[in-house]
Amino acid sequence: MSAAETSPPANVAGRESAPPRPLWHLVLVRPETLTLVLLILGVIVASRLSPYFLDIGYILRSFALSAEIALVALVLTMVIIAGEIDLSPAANMALSACIFAWAQASGVPIPLAVLLGLLAGLAMGGVNAFFVIVMQLPSIIVTIGTLILYRGLAQILAGDRSIRIAEGFIGVDRILVLGVPLPVVVFVLAAIVLALVLGGTIFGRQIYQIGTNEVAARHAGIRSRRIKLILFLMIGVVAAIAGIMTASRLGSVRYDLALGKELEMVLMAMLGGTYIFGGRGTIPGTFLAAWLLVVVSTGMTVANLLPAIQMTVLGILLIVSIIATNFIYSRTQR
Amino acid sequence: MSALRSLLLRREAGILVMIMLFCLAVGLYKPQFLTGNNLRVILLLTPLIMIAAMGQMLVLVARHVDLSMGSILGLSAMVTGMMFRDMPQIPWMLGFAVAIGTGALLGLINGALVTLFRLPAIIVTLGTLNLYRGLTFIISNARQVDRQYIPTELKAMSQTSPIFGVPSIIFIAFGVAILAYYFTMHTRVGRQVFALGSNPVAAPLRGIKANQVTLLVFTISGALAGLAGILYASRWGFVNPSNTGAGFEFQVIAAVVIGGVSINGGVGSVPGVVLGVLLLGCVSAALPLLGIPGAAQNAIYGTVILIALLIDRTVRQQGVLGLRRLPA
Amino acid sequence: MKTTLAILAAGLMLGTAGATYAQDAFSIVYIGKNTGNPYFDSITGGFVDACVEIGCQFEFVAPATAEATSQIPFIEAQIQRGVDVIAIAPNSPDALNQVLDSAKAAGILVMTVNGDLVGNEEHRDASILPVDFTKTGPNQVELAGSLIGYEGEIAILSATTEAPDQNTWIAAMNDTLANDPKYANMKLVATVYGDDQPEKSTAEMEALLANYPNLKAVIAPTTVGIAAAAQVVQSRGIADQVAVTGLGLPSEMRDFIKDGTVEAFQLWSPYNEGVLAAYFAKGVLDGSIKNEVGETFEVPNLGTITIDPNNMMNTQAELTTFNAENIDDFDF
Repeated sequence: MSAAETSPPANVAGRESAPPRPLWHLVLVRPETLTLVLLILGVIVASRLSPYFLDIGYILRSFALSAEIALVALVLTMVIIAGEIDLSPAANMALSACIFAWAQASGVPIPLAVLLGLLAGLAMGGVNAFFVIVMQLPSIIVTIGTLILYRGLAQILAGDRSIRIAEGFIGVDRILVLGVPLPVVVFVLAAIVLALVLGGTIFGRQIYQIGTNEVAARHAGIRSRRIKLILFLMIGVVAAIAGIMTASRLGSVRYDLALGKELEMVLMAMLGGTYIFGGRGTIPGTFLAAWLLVVVSTGMTVANLLPAIQMTVLGILLIVSIIATNFIYSRTQR
Repeated sequence: MSALRSLLLRREAGILVMIMLFCLAVGLYKPQFLTGNNLRVILLLTPLIMIAAMGQMLVLVARHVDLSMGSILGLSAMVTGMMFRDMPQIPWMLGFAVAIGTGALLGLINGALVTLFRLPAIIVTLGTLNLYRGLTFIISNARQVDRQYIPTELKAMSQTSPIFGVPSIIFIAFGVAILAYYFTMHTRVGRQVFALGSNPVAAPLRGIKANQVTLLVFTISGALAGLAGILYASRWGFVNPSNTGAGFEFQVIAAVVIGGVSINGGVGSVPGVVLGVLLLGCVSAALPLLGIPGAAQNAIYGTVILIALLIDRTVRQQGVLGLRRLPA
Repeated sequence: MKTTLAILAAGLMLGTAGATYAQDAFSIVYIGKNTGNPYFDSITGGFVDACVEIGCQFEFVAPATAEATSQIPFIEAQIQRGVDVIAIAPNSPDALNQVLDSAKAAGILVMTVNGDLVGNEEHRDASILPVDFTKTGPNQVELAGSLIGYEGEIAILSATTEAPDQNTWIAAMNDTLANDPKYANMKLVATVYGDDQPEKSTAEMEALLANYPNLKAVIAPTTVGIAAAAQVVQSRGIADQVAVTGLGLPSEMRDFIKDGTVEAFQLWSPYNEGVLAAYFAKGVLDGSIKNEVGETFEVPNLGTITIDPNNMMNTQAELTTFNAENIDDFDF
């Protein structure tokens, strides 16, 4: 799209083109560094705001409330790096959770119900992929459409009733692994695996190349359509996993599960330094950004601040982070 | 040019046919759908969307998008409503200036962020969607402006009718549409918006000041959202920090996309958007009459957007013939 | 699992809570459904005034949206702050079970105010409702009947299809209409749902008028619905043909009463809910009230309150009716 994208991603793949830069430059002038600094600042400010904030158990429990969203944001990061976007996963979470809950409530055994939910997520990813890859429509508008559609279907399926989850399946966040709630553990493990995939495999490198210049990538023999299909299916399934995890945490499902959370997902990716036009971004960046967001919102909640202030801060953070990311990338290109 | 024009005409004709088929189908089942009274109901459901859709159309034609419209509507309405409440001696007509001014300022901020920092509009306006909504809560201290503070004359604009039983608010909506038509078809700047959207790279070479045009479309979009804001107070008689304008942007985008505005910029027409808005209005009025629960409304909106996208793509790739081959 | 949490939470209480709240009597937090909801301003007013009387620290918090899970971080935060009492208007009858259990395990008195966890009552300690909800339906039918001479077609415009309170009332309305001979000539022709949104409520009201040309009265037992219905009637100028009534806020309905669009509607005093909640909490904490069914206690201006089965309390027995004569006496 713009001239900026045609140059190779300096931090990741294209080491050969740029003249060698000092190590401090490489480390400091990275968007993730900014995220880390903000995270540390956030912790300091939050502990100033409320004396009740600085408690590792509380922070972990609060993170467990956002772990599902953060999990999806990891995959969303990969989708954005590949030059696409998906705004529908929050609605996908609601619909797959509704399907799962509806199935188990009507007597389907739990494992089968989970499978149904996951298949639904896969199918929703497939629908997005169909419109974006086969029909070649812009993913941003397609997924706004499917965001409304999936949420609407969940509404038709469940009305505004909440569907109870079987007692034995409730409480994924009450399972502690070495004192850490299970959703947080899942998130951390997923971040490690995806970071290795994105940073250390050919598949990962191809994702960057597609996002940097899809035409060139295709000429270089990369099957961009297939890779994008895999990414859309992947985010569909992961959203379903997140939806079912949320269902287990809440003990009941309603159509408004994760309503409006797509913003938080995009925000996590952006704050972590993912470039909205594709080609750049890292999993550790999104990982740090997820913690940053939780620290910021938890700090404000425990200080009993008006939630409106949180919305305002989130909006400003999004704009500032994207300005900063753009600025940093324009510097590192030279 | 004439080829493009005839294509557009056909696209509008297509929406018109869809509206007529839809109304006939509903009318067969529920004859009261085809009465004058129901036309009034449909028209009263649409003025806010119609006004905002004109702004969104310009933004989309210029190859951007404005997701913050609902929040701009909410913040402008809140500023105006609080003025009515806290300064009751102020002439109520001044509310229009305040609402439109507030909206224009917020739109200008969007435009400035997009042009100054070369940021994608979708992310900027996703950010300001939250930012403006948050500000609405903060300035209002999360309190609603109640019905008794909204000037009676303002409320009367959506109730009483000067001519033919049609309330003034509907005239305002169509007035805005006529102005938008004139702007897009008969002014230099209006044509530049289309030129910029159809080829952003070539436009500057033809002497178009891309940044100024971008700033202008966002400001207009904001101003119209602001106008819709004060009309919200007129139509519903209150301003609420969380409900007013929430989710409004999706309805507007749906109407505009159904109306044949291409999300790839450069293509769109006012008559098409007006018809798109009316089609949505017909659907909203028909659902309760047919006894379809409101829960189905979102799914229908989503489906309609996706179908409109497919039609849009078919027209772009295969021309009108391709459209004829599509069902409905 | 629960014990670990309890120990953890108790540890937190020891570490944090004692310091700030020890000197004053106790601290109450009321968690509303969402911010910007005018209904809660009045309840909050009751809490504030009562707390001035009896000496407690009061704070009101609420999420930005009324979505089912949006209250959870706020409850977690109150547990972490170590408040003594959590009062909540729950956004979901069941999604809060787990987190409310943690609050109870941390020794916090948990009560629902203006709404209950229907079917999940064991996850809270007590519930305060404005009136005896079993009487709301018959009250509303009687009011509507009195407006139309107990004869003709009537319809109900409700909130969402699954709204638990509204559905309780609607069931009672159906029951009253079917079984009380006084209402034999009134016929309920439709029950529709406006989802508590002005746009949808308006469209549903217009559809009612189009589908049932002989409609005599509409009962809207929800504040958004009754305002939307009144506006449609006002706009069409048919106030003499269709009577609109239901449950509404005086602040939102004043105009319609004054211009004759609506003759009378009903509600209770949200303010008194806040007052009762504060007095009850104080009594339970200092041991003067036992939170047991059948226990009675006195609250200034509210008289004797009895704890009903399921640990429920009401501020008043029947609904208050608002009309042109008394509407100006109420400032909420």
